[in-house]
Amino acid sequence: MLNKTRQELENVGRMSLDLVSGIGAVFVFLLLTLRYSGTSFQRFTLTIREIFFSGVLSLIIILVSGLFVGMVLGLQGYETLQTYGSSESVGVLVALSLTRELGPVVSALLFASRAGSAITAEIGLMKATEQLSAMEMMAINPIARVVGPRFWGGVLSMPVLTAMFIGTGVLGGYIIAVLLIGVDSGAFWSQMNAAVDFNHDVVNGLLKSFVFGLAICSIATYQGYAAAPTAEGVSGATTRTVVSSSLAILALDLVLTAFMLKG
Amino acid sequence: MASDAAVEISSLNFRYGERAILKGINMRIPRGSIVAIMGQSGCGKTTLLRLIGGQLRPTEGDLTVEGHDMKAITPDALYRLRRQMGMLFQFGALFTDLSVFENVAFQMREHTDLPESLIRDLTLLKLQAVGLRGVRDRMPGALSGGMARRVALARAIALDPMIMMYDEPFTGLDPISMGVIAKLIRDLNSALGTTSIIVTHDVQESLRLVDYVYFVSEGVIVAQGTPDEIRSSNLPYVHQFVWGEMDGPVPFHYPAPSMQDFLAGNSPHSRRSIHA
Amino acid sequence: MNRATLNLWVGIFVVGGFIALLFLAFKVGNFSSGNLGETYSVIAHFDNIGGLKASAPVKSSGVLVGRVVSIQFDTKKYDALVTMRLDKRVPFSTDTMASVLTSGILGEQYVGLETGGEPEMLKEGGEVSHTQGAVVLEKLIGQFFLSKSQEPADATK
Repeated sequence: MLNKTRQELENVGRMSLDLVSGIGAVFVFLLLTLRYSGTSFQRFTLTIREIFFSGVLSLIIILVSGLFVGMVLGLQGYETLQTYGSSESVGVLVALSLTRELGPVVSALLFASRAGSAITAEIGLMKATEQLSAMEMMAINPIARVVGPRFWGGVLSMPVLTAMFIGTGVLGGYIIAVLLIGVDSGAFWSQMNAAVDFNHDVVNGLLKSFVFGLAICSIATYQGYAAAPTAEGVSGATTRTVVSSSLAILALDLVLTAFMLKG
Repeated sequence: MASDAAVEISSLNFRYGERAILKGINMRIPRGSIVAIMGQSGCGKTTLLRLIGGQLRPTEGDLTVEGHDMKAITPDALYRLRRQMGMLFQFGALFTDLSVFENVAFQMREHTDLPESLIRDLTLLKLQAVGLRGVRDRMPGALSGGMARRVALARAIALDPMIMMYDEPFTGLDPISMGVIAKLIRDLNSALGTTSIIVTHDVQESLRLVDYVYFVSEGVIVAQGTPDEIRSSNLPYVHQFVWGEMDGPVPFHYPAPSMQDFLAGNSPHSRRSIHA
Repeated sequence: MNRATLNLWVGIFVVGGFIALLFLAFKVGNFSSGNLGETYSVIAHFDNIGGLKASAPVKSSGVLVGRVVSIQFDTKKYDALVTMRLDKRVPFSTDTMASVLTSGILGEQYVGLETGGEPEMLKEGGEVSHTQGAVVLEKLIGQFFLSKSQEPADATK
């Protein structure tokens, strides 16, 4: 019985070491990507193409989700604030929740699932079909040509998507609170305006989404590049991208929020 | 010291972690010759190609490609060397997001400053050489296996390389396509003097095509010679390989407990499967 | 997907993001903080700062005129030393009154300034000598009970 406990402890130890070395591997890969980022900007057409595939193609899910989240916030917010007679502050609740937390976090989670997994699958498949090897043999650095543009395309798309998520969310809250429930439109906007500070709330929210974008794109590109060149390898890599990115987003959110609330 | 060997390998060892993949390899590939490296799947043939191409570094031993020592080659020198080498991958490895034309023109666009009109002409020329000028606007997904490999060949020779490597060029092709690829390899070699290294396990096609053969089994060279020497060889391994014999130095049965033990229920396997 | 269409969509994407950003900047949030322009700093001693925090607003007549920069404990006077940055365009007299007030009933605390009658103005590094600390709820309740217990005695006089 003692043996089994020891085995379990060994497993936990091994998993923790794997986790730490996994984070290290992603980080090293990120540094490599940054080092060879010249191509992504000198041949910006490549990056533009990736902005399309990561950003534009994620628009629908982001806008629709933003709308729904905003509407639910409006509904729930009104419900609770009404008991304190502060239903006119529902705009404040919707806007602050979205700009500070829900906007960056939810849009990042959605981005990781949609664009992150697509990036991993694409790179993994290129590895499995020896396209990356072929590129190497043609004296072209695959990290510069394939990974770089996808990384930067995603990083540049993320804040844009978050801004749009927050925007549609606020509109969703407006639709529910003002148009459907009947909260005063003037009070809705003016209270929101007074409570939401651009530098403290909006900029911080977008800064968060930029950091999330960095995390998601480095994880996604790494998993694709390091995937085993088989069907199971690629599918495992895409799953790992979504799971690891989600956990990273939540962990970074905690750290960033703590920083931002302090100063 | 100038030699007429494109590739010289002596006492090469390659290990992947603990596993020894190649042991004590000695090879000399003269410039302008066609050489086949044959052996079963997993014997280390493809690893040899990767070593020659610089994707892997030798663990021990000497490997010289066109005068460059591949153990100590600098990234810049490797970059320049690779522009003189071409590789045909087993399934083509065409870039799936680019058209056939774009694939063949890829190296010219990346490595040269040639004007677009010249690139267009050169690309069409290469495609014409492999007989596929007509599919230049198709995407790789719309090509058959044989056609994809021919396009990949056109792509690999785009910059007229001095050394061409072929990773199992005949595997999985119908006889007609096989003949086409073999002819293209021979024409390339005689027209441009390209040193050609073919990794394959297709015996009949290769013996018709090449100047010299190396047999690799489990990481070591077990036999070598001209096609005639190989065909008349008495070595058991060569004989089994060339004539496709079921049993010989390479056993039919994968190691397992003897049949008597199995039936008597003495081995772990039988206990599980019989007394389910 | 040819290049022209690609560029068009990416362009729409970026413009859309920019519009969202403008929306957030002007309709949703406000720019008031951080844009104080040139400032001068003054200090004030308070017996109790209550819930006042660094970067809390400094207002006069409800309008933002500055920010609290730092709050420290003064070991010589044994009270709170508050450093503030005020907008240079708004001078205050040397007998200005500074109080720690609360916005709304449960709102955040801020420093309210009421200018006095002196012709001389506070300079860089000057001190606001008239201060009123935050209202401490316990003392307020204590005062209320004290006054309540005195009432019957007055009434019968």
